[in-house]
Amino acid sequence: MLNDIQKRILEVVAGMKNGEAAGAVNIRVDGKKEYRSNSEHITITSKEDKEGIDIRIEPGVKGEEVHIPVVLTEAGFKDKVYNDFFIGEGADVTIVAGCGIHSCAGCDSQHDGVHTFYVGKNAHVVYTETHYGEGDDTGRRVLNPETILYLEEGALVNLETTQIKGVDDTRRYTKAVLGKGAEIIITEKLLTHDGQHAESEMDVFLNGEDSRTRVISRSVAQDTSEQVFYPRVEGNARCFGHVSCDAIIMGEAKVKAIPAITCNHVDAGLIHEAAIGRIANDQIVKLETLGLSAEEAEEKILEGFLR
Amino acid sequence: MLDIKNLSVTVSDEAGTVDILKNISLTVEDQKLVAITGPNGGGKTTLARAIMGLIPSTGGSIWWNGADLTKCNVTERARLGVSYGFQQPPRFKGMKVKDLLAIAAGKELGHDEACTYLTKVGLCARDYLERDVDPSLSGGEVKRIEIATVLARRCPLMIFDEPEAGIDLWSFARLTETFSEIHEKKEATILIISHQERILRLADEIVLVANGEVQTRGPMEEIYPQILDDTVSGCNLLEVDPKC
Repeated sequence: MLNDIQKRILEVVAGMKNGEAAGAVNIRVDGKKEYRSNSEHITITSKEDKEGIDIRIEPGVKGEEVHIPVVLTEAGFKDKVYNDFFIGEGADVTIVAGCGIHSCAGCDSQHDGVHTFYVGKNAHVVYTETHYGEGDDTGRRVLNPETILYLEEGALVNLETTQIKGVDDTRRYTKAVLGKGAEIIITEKLLTHDGQHAESEMDVFLNGEDSRTRVISRSVAQDTSEQVFYPRVEGNARCFGHVSCDAIIMGEAKVKAIPAITCNHVDAGLIHEAAIGRIANDQIVKLETLGLSAEEAEEKILEGFLR
Repeated sequence: MLDIKNLSVTVSDEAGTVDILKNISLTVEDQKLVAITGPNGGGKTTLARAIMGLIPSTGGSIWWNGADLTKCNVTERARLGVSYGFQQPPRFKGMKVKDLLAIAAGKELGHDEACTYLTKVGLCARDYLERDVDPSLSGGEVKRIEIATVLARRCPLMIFDEPEAGIDLWSFARLTETFSEIHEKKEATILIISHQERILRLADEIVLVANGEVQTRGPMEEIYPQILDDTVSGCNLLEVDPKC
């Protein structure tokens, strides 16, 4: 039975009201399977050699959802899982993952999730992953996600990761390898505050002809928090890639963005742009003329920026 | 009633002190449409900005319906019913047109209501409500959305700084109809900084501001011929130093 804290976290990280969702579901709480249900075309099985699950989505499945959230509430729990997704040819699915930690006094909690996706020919996948921490602030909440994706010919993945608040330390690594005509859109949204630290490294290999990627990073660093972004895109065929990192810094925060693009083919077209700065004063003043206070204006601007 | 008394704005920089507004006094009765015109650098925008509180005044006072605006910050002035359309409005990454309109209106707007404000500036709601107010919009589009936010506020005092700038002829025609409609329905007191004859013709009164002062004021038929007389073949006599 899920308690109220767990239900609330499930709603925040996976949009599951009362811990329930349609389609295939796997809820992991404090390192154990709390609930699992398969759907007609989606099967979830536990791994036998290590912690984690295999999610198999049949070819041609349309419009189905998979929810695989993780909740940590036990004092000082440290967890590492390996989840593999096998997405059949021509399938069209939405996968919702997420991790929420409710920490207690003086205990560090950590979840390291390694997610590997094998996306079949012409399959379409929307993958969202939300990270969130709450509870006593003397316990550190650590999340180190690793997301590896292999896209076959014509596959399309929309990968959206969000770290809302309350995660003290995160080291994220994302790797995508694209075949012919495949496309991946990676949107990363991050908010750090107090003394938090976040690092995100990314490698996108555009190996197939006419493969494409767009990498969009939006982040807000408040207080004394620090963020480092290192998105790298490599074009090894006729391809297109665009990387944009936008960050707002506030207080004494620090943000470093190091986008790297490598063209190994004469028809590879790669672009990167990065902008870091405080909230533009003219934006705040405009919202003040609409009747908001400076604080309300700032909140609205950040809300939109991280949407 | 808007009552500006002996308003001065002085700025100082390394080059010295410049009086941008010199002792300006101006009264605008309720529900009037007043157009402020004059040569570039004459102080029009500074006057409008000083009313909204976007630039500090260094002397005098601005009264709006009995409240001394010079004692209020921008937010307070906005809450007292002053609204302002920027000449060059900012863009917001991630904020949708409908979000900005909702902030302006102080409530979530239904599709039809949001649509009304956009239609009044010549934009189609279906194409714009869900779009971000970011660099993907053209200057003219952002400008029209800016004006729509002022309309959505439904304030008793509306100030527009060169609403025509950057707007195509078709949208401009729609915009002048909107100003005319608000004026005819007596929905607000309107202050428009403009150089466009079409807008000047809508005004109950034209105020000519140059060299930081109100040079003259009066109805269109009286003031406009004077302006035409003063401007010859691209040379604006108001800006020419008589000693040269």
